[in-house]
Amino acid sequence: MNMTTALARLLIFPGILFAVPAAWFFLWIERKAVALMQGRIGPPFMQPFYDFIKLLGKGTPPRSGIAGALMRAWPLIAVASAAGAVGLLPVLPASGGFEGDLILLLALLEVPSICIIAAGFSSRSIFGEIGSAREAVLSVSYNVVFLLAIVSVAASQHTFKLEALAQLPASPLRWLGIIAILVCLPAKLHLNPFSLPNAEQEIYSGPMTEYAGPELAMWELSHGLEWVAATGLVATLVAPHITLWWLAAIVFIALSFAVVLMLSTLAAATARLAIDTTVRFYWQCTLIFAVLAVSSALFMRLRS
Amino acid sequence: MCYSRRRSPWLFHMNSGSCNGCDIEIVASLTPRYDAEQLGVRLEGSPRHADILCVTGPVTRNAVGAIRTVYDQVLGPKAVVAIGSCPATTNVFIDSRTLDGPLNKHVPVDVFVPGCPPRPDAIVEGIAKAAAILAERGKKLPAPEPAAELTTEVQQ
Repeated sequence: MNMTTALARLLIFPGILFAVPAAWFFLWIERKAVALMQGRIGPPFMQPFYDFIKLLGKGTPPRSGIAGALMRAWPLIAVASAAGAVGLLPVLPASGGFEGDLILLLALLEVPSICIIAAGFSSRSIFGEIGSAREAVLSVSYNVVFLLAIVSVAASQHTFKLEALAQLPASPLRWLGIIAILVCLPAKLHLNPFSLPNAEQEIYSGPMTEYAGPELAMWELSHGLEWVAATGLVATLVAPHITLWWLAAIVFIALSFAVVLMLSTLAAATARLAIDTTVRFYWQCTLIFAVLAVSSALFMRLRS
Repeated sequence: MCYSRRRSPWLFHMNSGSCNGCDIEIVASLTPRYDAEQLGVRLEGSPRHADILCVTGPVTRNAVGAIRTVYDQVLGPKAVVAIGSCPATTNVFIDSRTLDGPLNKHVPVDVFVPGCPPRPDAIVEGIAKAAAILAERGKKLPAPEPAAELTTEVQQ
């Protein structure tokens, strides 16, 4: 992957030029799906865009010193790393890539949640600290399963290169891994039933409690970009290999849309679980499957 | 920008000693029958995120400090909606020694929604009017003049 293709992927497709409208679109679907499930009409199509523009025009509370600078920096870091993660997705065939870009993608996907933890603690609000502590506990729980699932997918196909993974036909083991990833996505995206860190009304807004105006707009955007990156990762693993570039792009968008619809419906249909139930769910119920997937992948690799 | 402000009013709901009647009606205006989310309304958990402060209740002495703090925590441009007859006139609790009302003694109120409790459609209309005021106010930044403009006649 040379400089030009890397920049084109980061800035145009599937990077910022595509990902920002897609992020707003997914945020709208998230709210619209909840509204439809509750028998409401729901927000208009442009709602996340209006929210973003409005937040850009609002004031921010005065902040000083290192804590203030850090609080301003966290949302920007989160947006930048989420955009970078989207840019790494191998949507178009023969778009290039490098050995080990899957690892970089996972690291970039993890940065927004670390930023949320840090933001809650640096805001020095009691609600922010509770939210951050919850996010930290949650992230330790689901990440074990999430990473094991990814490792099992990569080990069964003998590669850590995203494009090679996307091109190889899906094996039964990969489907097991994809299901494990899908189980982790609601926790990664803070959706019901795992919406513990931002727990609306319960602990005000969790780590976001002290954020306002443009900084809050950046958090919303990074949340949307996380949507695009996480659903895009699933879509890449599921999608069949297509050589026509426009067909590949359409299949990618349709699959992401399907994943978003599924997760939003799940979020609308469930209520928030308590933190101990969530942790038990990930450590007791799903970890077994992830370990099974990884061990069978390694076993098959040893045999071949 | 003005259009976005009008289409995306986020609320913070504050109870200043209300009997919970108006609070239930605010929640009712978000339910499927009235569905205020069509106007972009979102009930926010933190006053920092909000544009419109919805105050219910006749403002008890204990609540005065909290109201001032929360009003300062909402960042501009902002608007205040007084929901129910209590914050407008202190209603049947008038002359009570535990009260320090009405609300516009402490913060500038933009829209009064009268009623005990007001109907949810009246609340939605009041929020829509406050959003229009908010959009106008955003034009002449900085520091909007705290105008106590009565757009709805207050029942006496």
